[in-house]
Amino acid sequence: MAPVALGAVSVSSSLLIWWAAVRYGGLALPTPLDVTRAFSVQMGNGQLARDILASLGRVLTGYMLGVAVAIPVGFLMGRSVLVRGFFEPYIQFFRVIPPLALIPLAIVTLGIDETPKIAVIFMASFLTCVIATLQGVVNVDRTLINAARVLGAGNGAIFARVVIPASMPFILVGMRVGLGSAWATVVAAELIAAQAGVGFRMQQAQLYYDLPTIFVSLVTIGILGLIMDRMILWLERHLTAWQEKP
Amino acid sequence: MTPKIRFDRVEKVYDVGGKPFQALQSFSLDVEDNEFLTLVGPSGCGKSTVLNIAAGLLEPSGGAVTIDGQRVTGPGPVRGVIFQQYALFPWLTVRQNVEFGLRLKRLSRREQRDVAMHYIDMVGLSAFADALPKTLSGGMKQRCAIARAYAVDPKILLMDEPFGALDALTRVNLQSQLLEMWAKEKRTVIFITHDVDEAVFLANRVIVMAARPGRLHRVIPVDLGYPRTDDTRLSPEFTAIRNEVWTSVYHQPSSNL
Repeated sequence: MAPVALGAVSVSSSLLIWWAAVRYGGLALPTPLDVTRAFSVQMGNGQLARDILASLGRVLTGYMLGVAVAIPVGFLMGRSVLVRGFFEPYIQFFRVIPPLALIPLAIVTLGIDETPKIAVIFMASFLTCVIATLQGVVNVDRTLINAARVLGAGNGAIFARVVIPASMPFILVGMRVGLGSAWATVVAAELIAAQAGVGFRMQQAQLYYDLPTIFVSLVTIGILGLIMDRMILWLERHLTAWQEKP
Repeated sequence: MTPKIRFDRVEKVYDVGGKPFQALQSFSLDVEDNEFLTLVGPSGCGKSTVLNIAAGLLEPSGGAVTIDGQRVTGPGPVRGVIFQQYALFPWLTVRQNVEFGLRLKRLSRREQRDVAMHYIDMVGLSAFADALPKTLSGGMKQRCAIARAYAVDPKILLMDEPFGALDALTRVNLQSQLLEMWAKEKRTVIFITHDVDEAVFLANRVIVMAARPGRLHRVIPVDLGYPRTDDTRLSPEFTAIRNEVWTSVYHQPSSNL
């Protein structure tokens, strides 16, 4: 059976079980129908679009900044023992702290507007991406560098034409994992006094025992995360199609 | 007349776990222009060390290598190197790989393309010019690497067991192709191999090295003339030289350390 058909069967049967469990099993949750209704209401009054834009705006700002800083820092760390020695202790240390644990610190030091949320997302994506880039640079095949050198390449050409393309697969994996952790962090970041956002909406709904809205938010987070992940995966496939897969 | 390449009492000492290890001891050799030398010897005899020092990828601990009287201080496109692991850039097509060194020479796009296609044609990969390395067989990859090395017009080709990873049939074919190319466009070649037959078939002189410490053991001239064919391989003269090389590789005096 085609994977698409299999997926459709899987989704529709789980919806059916969900519906039956609520309707006849006494499960204290909204039915799929309730959720769909809440969904169309929020679509209609523009609330969902506002929330999505707010969340995506934060994720993308923090994430883009994180990646934009991580890639050059990762390259520098891979190329220079000095830079690596300087940055590595901090990176290794902050890497083991969950980004969520930085939220209290972010609130106290950066206030309650957009800055702390973006800062936390920045940290989440920067840390995963910088380590992946470093791995990529360190793992560049010495023989390829020697091959470039004997063809007349200087340090600049080796960097631009060997090190960067050779570490691309690592960087893209880092970008993919980084986007995942950035997205995971946004919901928590929106607990910091946000006015809009999918995470904020869920938090509000919790106060009013508005279960359908919580479901709408969860499904939205899942779908958006999936779309972003697929986009990076697509990029990865296109940029690293040259890789020899074992 | 100065030789093309002169190894003048070249030494290489590695530091292995705090202890010095003599990889190469007082290696002296003159290589004339357009010679085809093969280097054979047991593992650890310093063959690759000799080649990497000549390539400028490794610094000698003592002595010097000169090319046309000029001391080697680093790698450069005067010496093309062909590696056993092909070392093609996997993200570039065959043509882009061959153009790599030409771009660095700042040739125009057109010239790059023309020169690259000339050598791709020469190694018989025209139909694969736009293919990525992952789609090529080992033999084709090595042909691409040979074209890439030739394209920057080096005076010297250094080949480190280039056919070592290939099956026997492909090897024999590539040996003949390499000699054909070399006949068309003469270069000074130093070629490392483990294979005694290969060493004799290709070379005008076989350099036999000994291990512990790595050093020059014997120089065996191969007076078979060129071109070489299948008949060469089957001739009694070939067999005689082959046996001589074989004996000096596999029955070496014990080390003097």
